[in-house]
This record gives sequence, C-alpha cells and structure tokens, in this order.
Amino acid sequence: MKFIKNFFERTEPLVQKGGKYHWLQSVHDGFFTFLYTPKTTSKTGAHIHDYIDLKRTMSIVVLSLVPAILMGMFNTGYQHYKVIGELASTGFFEIFVFGLIKVLPIIIVSYAVGLGIEFVFAQIRGHEIQEGFLVSGMLIPLVMPIETPLWMIAVATAFAVIIGKEVFGGTGMNIWNPALVARAFLFFAYPAQMSGIKVWVAGSQTADAITCATPLGDAAAGTISYTASDAFFGLIPGSIGETSTLAILIGAVFLIITGIGSWRIMLSTIAGGAVMGLILNAFADSSALSEANQVFFGIPFWHHLILGGFMFGAIFMTTDPVSASQTQTGKWIYGFLIGILAVLIRVINPAYPEGMMLAILLMNTFAPLIDHYVVQSNIKRRLKRATVKGQTA
Amino acid sequence: MSEVIRLKKGLNIKLKGSAEKVLEKLPVPATVALKPTDFPGLTPKLSVKADAVVKAGDALFYDKYHPEIVFTAPYGGKVVSINRGERRKILEVVIETDKDAGSASFKKADPSSLSGEEVKEQLLKSGLWPFIKKRPYGVIASPNQKPLSIYISTFDTAPLAPDYNFVINGQLATFQTGVNALAKLTEGKVYLGVNKDSAFTGVKNVVINTFEGPHPAGNVGVQIANTKPLNKGEVVWTVNAQDVLFIGRLFETGSVDFSRIVALAGSEVAAPKYYQTLVGAPVASLVQERLVEASYHLRIISGNVLTGTKVGPQQYLGFYDSMVTVIPEGDEYEFVGWATPGADKFTASKTFVSKLFPKKEYTINANMHGGERAFVMSGQYEKLVPMDILPVHLLKAVLVNDIDKMEQLGIYEVIEEDLALCEYACTSKIEVQKIIRDGINTMIKELG
Repeated sequence: MKFIKNFFERTEPLVQKGGKYHWLQSVHDGFFTFLYTPKTTSKTGAHIHDYIDLKRTMSIVVLSLVPAILMGMFNTGYQHYKVIGELASTGFFEIFVFGLIKVLPIIIVSYAVGLGIEFVFAQIRGHEIQEGFLVSGMLIPLVMPIETPLWMIAVATAFAVIIGKEVFGGTGMNIWNPALVARAFLFFAYPAQMSGIKVWVAGSQTADAITCATPLGDAAAGTISYTASDAFFGLIPGSIGETSTLAILIGAVFLIITGIGSWRIMLSTIAGGAVMGLILNAFADSSALSEANQVFFGIPFWHHLILGGFMFGAIFMTTDPVSASQTQTGKWIYGFLIGILAVLIRVINPAYPEGMMLAILLMNTFAPLIDHYVVQSNIKRRLKRATVKGQTA
Repeated sequence: MSEVIRLKKGLNIKLKGSAEKVLEKLPVPATVALKPTDFPGLTPKLSVKADAVVKAGDALFYDKYHPEIVFTAPYGGKVVSINRGERRKILEVVIETDKDAGSASFKKADPSSLSGEEVKEQLLKSGLWPFIKKRPYGVIASPNQKPLSIYISTFDTAPLAPDYNFVINGQLATFQTGVNALAKLTEGKVYLGVNKDSAFTGVKNVVINTFEGPHPAGNVGVQIANTKPLNKGEVVWTVNAQDVLFIGRLFETGSVDFSRIVALAGSEVAAPKYYQTLVGAPVASLVQERLVEASYHLRIISGNVLTGTKVGPQQYLGFYDSMVTVIPEGDEYEFVGWATPGADKFTASKTFVSKLFPKKEYTINANMHGGERAFVMSGQYEKLVPMDILPVHLLKAVLVNDIDKMEQLGIYEVIEEDLALCEYACTSKIEVQKIIRDGINTMIKELG
C-alpha cells in the first residue's frame, strides 16, 4: 500500500498552484484524503479531535442504504417477472441479477455526473471536495422509477448538484435536499415520462414498455391492489429504493444506533403521517366524497406509512441534517408537519398520488423559519431572566 | 448542604495516563518565566530591564490600560532575557532564580480584619490580582468593578485533570484564608462548586453548590449558568481552586509563594503523577526524562488537551495551568482512516466500535482526523453543553459579526473552555474556541 501514498506524495507538487497539472488539485486531494486520512494536526483550540469526519458520516448513511438498494434490485426483477407472468419459473438469483443490471447503470450515471460536477466546482472554488454527494448520489437513483431514461437521470443530477447545492455554496449550505430536487425537477420537467403507469416496472429489451400502476395510484382511483405484507416487504411497484419498508427500517436502526440520523425527526414524521391518516379515516364515510375518494380516505392509517415513498422519505430524506431543522425542538415540529403534509397531499391532491417529495421540499423551505422561532424563544428566555431579575433587584 | 445539581449533558473523554496520587517535590528550577501571552487581551508594559535583580513578588510588567494590575516575579533572581516575537511583542520575561534573592514583603494579616480596599491593594501589589478573572469574557478582573459574587470551582472534569481534593491536602486552612480575602471583594457571596466526596465541603464563609455529571460540569462557567446565569450588564469574578492558595499564603505569611502542584499526565508520560514546582517553571524541568521513549513525535501541552497551549520543552508553564499533558503528535497518514472499525478510537459519536467498551482508556493523538468542512451535522454540540445556549447559532452569530445576536444568544455566559468539547467532537472540524474568543474580542472592542 505504501506505493500509493508515495505516488500521491510525489505528485503533490505537480498539482500545486503553478504546477503542471494544477487544474487537477481538487481531484488529487480528493482521492488522496479518501485513501489516507491527512497528517494535519491541530493548530488552535482543542488538541484532540474526534475520529469522526464527514467522510465517515456520509459513508455510514450510504451503508444504511444498502438494504434498500439490494431489496430495490430484487424487487425490480420481481415486478418484471411478475408482470410478464414468469415469476414462478424464475430463480431468486436470476430475479436479482435482472434488477442489478437494471439499477446499476442508474447508480453509475448519478455518481459519475454528480461527482464530476463536484470536482469541477471544488477546483474552481479552490475547496477540498466535499463528501455530501456520496449520499445524494445514492439517494437519487433510489427515488427514481426504474424506467427513467439514463439521460434524464444525468440531467436531473446535474440540476440538483448545480441549482440545488452549488449555487448556495456547496455541502452544508443548500436549502433543499439535493436528491429531492433531482426528483422534483424530473417530475415537473417531464411529467409525462415520470408519472402515470409506464415507468414503474422494468421492461426487457424485447418487449414494449410494461404498464403497471403503483398501489397508491390504484388507491387514488379507488382500487386496492396491494397486501400490507407485500407493501411491508417491498414487493409492490414503486421507485427503486422506496418499496421495502423492512429494508428501510433496517437502515433506520443503523442510523439511530450510530446517531447519524435524527430519531426525533424520524419519529415525529411517522407520528405526523399516522395522525393525518387517522384524521382522513374519520372522514372516509362522508357522503361528500366520491367513491374512489372514500376508498383512499379509508385505507388503514398505518398503510400510509408502508406505501409509496413515505418511509424512505421519513428515514433518509427528512433527516438530511443540512436541509432539516437544526434545533432539537425544531426537529419535532419539522418532522411532524412533514408527516401530516405528506399524507394530506397524497390523498387530497387529485393530480399525483404521492406527497412525500413535495412535503419534504416544502418543509425544507420552512425549516429555517421553524428554527428562527426556536432561537427566538431562547432569546426571550434570556431577556425575561434579565428583566425579572432587574425588577427584584 | 444544598441539593445536588445533576448535569446530564457533556462527555468524559477517557484518556490513558491519569496522574497517580503521589506528590514529588521538585527543586527550584534554574529559570522561571512569566508570559504576557497567558492573559488574553493584555497589552503589557515592562517594569524591569534585562539584568535587573528582582525579589519574588516584584513587578515585571503591568497592564498598559490598568497600570495598577502588575505581574510579579514568581521567584527572586536576575532577569536574564526578555524574549520578543513579531513586532516586538513580549513573549517571555525570564528570570534566573537565586535562592538568596528573597521575597518582597507585604502585609501579614487576617483578611477578615481588613477592609475590601486593603485586600484589593495587597492583591494588586503582590501580583496575585491576575488570578482573579471576570465573567463575561474570562479576562483579568477590573479592580474598579464591583462583582455580584465570586465563583470558585473546586473540581476539574477535563480529561486527565488534577484532582484538587488531592492537591488541597493539608492546605485547607490556607484555602480558607484565601476565601476570606476574596469574600472582602464582593458585596455578594462566594460560591464554591464542589463534586461528590469533596474535601472542600467544610469551607466556611461560602455558599456550596454540589454538582454531578460529566465534563464540563467542573467548569466554573457551567456552574454559574446552572445556578445564577449571567445577564447583560452583570459581572462576576472567578478564581481557580489552586490559585486561592496563593492568596491565602500571601495573607498568612506576608510574602508571595508561587509554588504550585502540577499534574504530569497523558499516555506518553512514563509514570504520571503530581509534582510541586513554581508558576512559570520550565516545561523541561517537568517532562525531562519522565516521558516514554517514542519513535514518533510528541505534543506537550501546558494545560489539558481541550484548552491547553502547545509548548516545547524549552518553554514555560502557563500562568493558570495546573497540569501538563503529553500525547502523541499524530502527524502521520492513516490508510482509509475514516473507514476503520475503530476499536481503539474513542469517539463522542456512536460510529466506532470503541463505543462498545465504555470502561476502556484510550490514547488520542493531536491529529485532526479529517478536513475542515461547513456545518453539516446538527444536534452534536447541544449534547455537550449543559447550559441554556444554542451553540451553533451563537457561533454563527460570531462568524457574521452580529453583535446584537451574540448578546441575545449568550456570549456573556461562555468562554472558550465551556464549548471546548464541541470543538473536540465536531464532525466538520470547526475551530469553535477560536471563534468564541474572536466573538469575545469583538464584544470587548465594541462595548468595552
């Protein structure tokens, strides 16, 4: 392994300012620090620093996504063979490999485009390469329908990284969750290709596109096309990573144990979704509703948690520390409102039977406002203390 | 005794090499030095020239803006050198010690029988005044201000910190004299923060508050915030536990005695224990031949690993420091350091296997373990600050230089040491303590 270090150390002068390859400095530094934790020691303040850094934090989130990725690959194959009617005759391995072949290119495109742009921006700004995209690059494929064309993934990723993040100053500065910006971009820019019934199940090279609606789409139309156990284990059509509640929850446990994901946000989001589900249940028998609406209003409240992107959003999207509320009190409010809004938009909005993406983006926008009020309450407490004391003194 | 105040937030960093409770008395070192750089915000003016002969307690330099605050020789002898840095900034005033030089004489009296003014005058003249700091800001107290009260913490929860219950052994009466002197300086009370099983519970003329909890429970700032948090315009004074002894000795003997018990600790110390030496003793006199043989670089710190100052063996012990810590420098690359399971890597997070061994003690080097980033994680600092403060928002207010916001978010209640743990634990490697000191300097500059 020593030769790698020697290589990087030897090439370092070449990429410094004035060096022959100075335009590669960020890339050089990016790969070097990825392979070797730098030898920099503390100069001011505390002499010891925790071993945790952003690389480890981000890689833990990526690890927590692994169950959802694997399950997403399997389900891609499962849905395909189910729709073409060959499920019984296809082995587990074959199903998985089909999904793997379908999903892998999307992941590769997302990372290649996103990291490419990050490298360029880091070089222009003279920054170190920031690790934020390690996670975004994995989240983007997981929130896409399997049949999204690769060029769309590339365009959406570029949009998310540039407009969603870099214009604000890079990792740590963005207002919205970059992966959801990518998803929302496609949703609004290419609505015909991104919703409806043609994108959810992977076709094969020979057959035409397979049409199949998601259970949420069916429920909005007034039919129940899923069983709760399928929805929980992830054997329903949907975006690549969002279908398996079980796989997502395994990731959630990992995030909570390591303390990287905020359990406050996860819990309050789920609570918000459940509460809204219960409220809708209460109105399910109302004669003011159409028949189809009565069905959607009436699905058991906890089904909202296992259908569509709710759980994926609650665990992996809401907890993005940069775009979420940053105060501990704020997190409770932020998560709860996301849960409420997600189910509300999902059921009431006639155009699109999914609300998680929009609910999170909306609350991302409001997170600074929530924090503002939490901060104000701290300020007021301090002021009150001073005045009360002033009066008694 | 009052009820126990339990603080939940914070963290005890379990470092290897805590000092064994054994005291060795060191001979008077060949040189001692006073460093103006130990006093944040001080503009020193020299009172002596090189080659001057001074007694212990004779002024070496004074504060340009408060000439009554003088800094005196910890031991008698000859001023051998005045070391300066950039722009002729005074770094060290070095004295070659001489046993026969003697001490300046001051009034020997029971402080209880003196007036506040007399006590103040004696402390100012003898050079003990700088041991009294004020909050807000953690700088030397202004003699013309009236503090609401005076706070002393009798325990230090910082990593490997000296145990004052051991240090105070046999000197409680002197401590009491010091407390009595301090009590004369305020119309309010003297508050003593103690921990469980404290040797200080018998001290009179004070209000005792008992605290329990992880670091920073022993920080005087945290103790103030959890009893009577500071409001705008209020001033309190603080004194380190061991420094009260200097004050006590001055009144008991009528001369200054700057001998201090210092813990020599850390994973790179062969046999960590306590040493009796002088304020401003050379670092070499403590560490020479007492460190482990190492093929790697070492970092010697005057003070603890969170707030101390990096020193070389040829430098001198800090004015306020009661410990010297030695850890590995860690200036080496580590192959995919961020990806290792880390059974031997202590962490405030929960992302290393070491979390499974809560009892183990660890060696931590001075490596940054990662590059500096923007604020990304949230909730990390809050867990480590047992005060009603929003640390990240306060830091951001300092970074944008918003004086109103700094004031509103509690800049008066904190100094660097209170947020030092945040700097240790920060994923983004933000220089928390430097930012806080910058904020304090801004406040001093703008509001005085």
